[in-house]
Amino acid sequence: MSYVSKPVRKKDAMALVTGKPVFTNDLAPKDCLIVKILRSPHANAWIEEIKTGTARQVNGVVAVYTCKDVPRKRFTLAGQTYPELSPYDHYILDQRLRFVGDAVAIVAAETEEAAEKALKRIKVKYRVDEPVLDMHKAKDGKILVHPEEDWETKVPVGADNKRNLCASGVEESGDVEKILGECKYTIDRTYHTKANQQAMMETFRTYCYKDHFGRLNVVSSTQVPFHVRRILGNALDIPSSKIRVIKPRIGGGFGAKQTSVSEIYPAFVTWMTGRPSKILYSRYESQICASPRHEMEIRVRAGADENGIVRALDVYTLSNAGAYGEHSPTTVGLSGHKSIALYRHTEAYRFAYDVVYTNVQAAGAYRGYGATQGIYAVESAVNELAHMMHMDPVKLRELNMPMEGEPLPAYQDCTTAPSCTMDQCMKRAKEMMSWDEKYPYKDMGNGKVRGVGVAMAMQGSSIAGIDVGGADMKLNEDGSYTLGLGCTDMGTGCDTILSQIAADCLETSIENIVVFGVDTDISPYDSGSYASATTYTTGMAVFQACQEMRKKICALGAKMLEAEPEEVNFDGEFVFTDEIHKVSLKDIAIKGTCGNTQELQVTRTHCSPISPPPFMVGMAEVEVDKETGSVKVVDYAAVVDCGTPINPNLVRVQTEGGIVQGIGMALHEDVQYTEKGKIRNNSFMQYKIPSRLDIGDVRVEIRGSYEPSGPFGAKSIGELVINTPCPAIADAVYNATGVRVRELPITPEKVAMGILKQKLEK
Amino acid sequence: MNLSFWLNGVYRHDEVEPDTMLLDFLRDKGCYSIKCGCETSNCGLCTVLMDGKPILSCSTLALRAEGKKIVTMEGMQKEAEEFGTFLADEGAEQCGFCNPGFIMNIFAMENELEDPTEEDIKEYLAGNLCRCSGFVGQTRSILKYLQYKKTKKREEAEK
Repeated sequence: MSYVSKPVRKKDAMALVTGKPVFTNDLAPKDCLIVKILRSPHANAWIEEIKTGTARQVNGVVAVYTCKDVPRKRFTLAGQTYPELSPYDHYILDQRLRFVGDAVAIVAAETEEAAEKALKRIKVKYRVDEPVLDMHKAKDGKILVHPEEDWETKVPVGADNKRNLCASGVEESGDVEKILGECKYTIDRTYHTKANQQAMMETFRTYCYKDHFGRLNVVSSTQVPFHVRRILGNALDIPSSKIRVIKPRIGGGFGAKQTSVSEIYPAFVTWMTGRPSKILYSRYESQICASPRHEMEIRVRAGADENGIVRALDVYTLSNAGAYGEHSPTTVGLSGHKSIALYRHTEAYRFAYDVVYTNVQAAGAYRGYGATQGIYAVESAVNELAHMMHMDPVKLRELNMPMEGEPLPAYQDCTTAPSCTMDQCMKRAKEMMSWDEKYPYKDMGNGKVRGVGVAMAMQGSSIAGIDVGGADMKLNEDGSYTLGLGCTDMGTGCDTILSQIAADCLETSIENIVVFGVDTDISPYDSGSYASATTYTTGMAVFQACQEMRKKICALGAKMLEAEPEEVNFDGEFVFTDEIHKVSLKDIAIKGTCGNTQELQVTRTHCSPISPPPFMVGMAEVEVDKETGSVKVVDYAAVVDCGTPINPNLVRVQTEGGIVQGIGMALHEDVQYTEKGKIRNNSFMQYKIPSRLDIGDVRVEIRGSYEPSGPFGAKSIGELVINTPCPAIADAVYNATGVRVRELPITPEKVAMGILKQKLEK
Repeated sequence: MNLSFWLNGVYRHDEVEPDTMLLDFLRDKGCYSIKCGCETSNCGLCTVLMDGKPILSCSTLALRAEGKKIVTMEGMQKEAEEFGTFLADEGAEQCGFCNPGFIMNIFAMENELEDPTEEDIKEYLAGNLCRCSGFVGQTRSILKYLQYKKTKKREEAEK
């Protein structure tokens, strides 16, 4: 093998580093109509009257649409496999407005200035109702977010729109109360995580045009082209066959672009006017009406015996869907499934949840997808349990961590761990951090104190039995191969990773693989890039397509050699029976174009019945200023088990990036609301993502296992890596100061107040 | 209004509205490397050089370029490729959307700082946000690149 497990440079790297025009807005035709949205100033209101006459008269305005102009058919914006688990609760424009930022009207104009002017001239009379902003008051409350009769769930998920319930359920195994009663040590704590923005550098954007067949062509910065095709068909109430979705290079996604946030507006405009149109979300819009992480409140009851064996876990999650239910019934599941499973001796567990509608910005998919929240809660509770027992939290983990072949309680997608090196990850992280010397804290003598904290994490690799990966492999006339993909490289490097797999399978150079994706007219079907599925699922489709391609090459080569297919071998360059009787790949390729009846093209689809978890250990060293309460992560050591790392460079960068995003979630990022439901953090001025000055060292190592069901033994990496910073940093802060912060982010204010409170109590 | 300035080494005359931002103006002239990430001067994606100094084109009026030398990545393709190989060899270009502004600021740093330390580098580039890489791979690539440039310079001097 010559490419797998090598730090191969991304195939699109040079175009990116030299600033070539490869992104959506670089490619949009100059004559696009500019699409702008009038947004609701109220969290819960009805449009009683809307006047667009003067807006339409603005010079350059081509169309103004209101709720009267759009199809009356509900759909979901969630990019999920049909039938989606997310409720059908959207219109393109609705008379009812459910959060500050909800769409009121669409304007399309020749210029941005004209569109802006028209927005100001739309006169709306609102009937303003009291909103439900607090997720604790939503379930069975007086104010209903979706009382409408045509609200629908395609799949039973415990939802009831007349109770503000987007989903609910209880899963249990064994007698939790009995086991907890038997445990010498028990803990009962509640943790609160906030909404966070993905804050990818490229905001949401889409342009559309009609082609020579009158079909709607949609070029969009999306993770889910095939789902967008269906969603637009539903939203516009037209056959999906009339829609083609193309994904160019994407400026980051992190799950935000697993929801069809921006596509419906220009799609509707172009469909109605026949003119090309585009929408570019401002950063302001990407902060107030996008698709952030679900706010969750998670109560954890955990019990351990006198030896430190965790025997029972009881997790209850209250999740805030916001105004619409994209990804809400599904994200909540991970908060239990991927946290409880970290404790292999768990004899009994209960995982219960309620997901509620409120009048705030609708949440969606964000890297980690609920696991991040659940793991923060459970890992924090276990850390608290360790402190209660006066046991080193690392020691407690060593006694309970997932092991290869051992159970993963509550994780139905893989009941035992098929591949796992969590023990090695922990051992190495401990060495990297010099844990035994540093735990629990060190007073620096200058008003500052350093503490260390640990957490474990897991994720999945694809959605078991659902996610579909597709690969289309074609031998070209010149002996090169074209690899057509339906998954979306959003900077993560999957175009390159999948080419590495193909090059090794076909014993050819990576330059000989032309990679292409995504165009829903041409690419093989693929669910898209989410759920940590791409390398694992699509990688396997590529692997299988290549094996089949080899057979086809051998068959044609054998025919040319007048031999039987089983008599020949293929070494990537020649098909041969012996040293003398051989025919080159180039000659076979040419033969394929002349007098040939055997297609040298293979399409393969793969779906895995299991979702093998990648694992990791994260250790944080923080420095806390006892005076101000400010926390700086001076060092972060992470060791990951992603199975075989197909591209170790990309594994490392993914890990570093995920950890820094996690540090942002732990320390800085918080989508906050006024008492009227307006977002306070509507720009990068107020919503602070980490800069390079906010982080210390981030050190990453790989201890890969071999996953039998993955391509070359690979699992996933992308989402896993955001899961450890919150619990590890929270415990490091505790170890440094004795202050336990159970509501993220861990701001200087919370830490300083905690320290003050300690002083007062003394 | 009339605007006369150098764009990537070419002196040109243009018509421009008084309220047009340099970012929009330059993209309109085909400089698509320049990106808008935040519109509040927080992210550094729109960084271009004005008379050799880095500026944020999202919050600079196009008219400010009057008589000035503006350089975008379109005018520094060779240099971008040279640094870019180091970034790419760390896999730290990732989505690439922040790369042009970030790399233009590295060139500005090279002009301004002699032999910067890692801390100097982080401080100089603090205004260039990146959400993919977590910055560490970027720092690795800059250190390697600066080392390479130093060696190259020394070798040239020895010749």
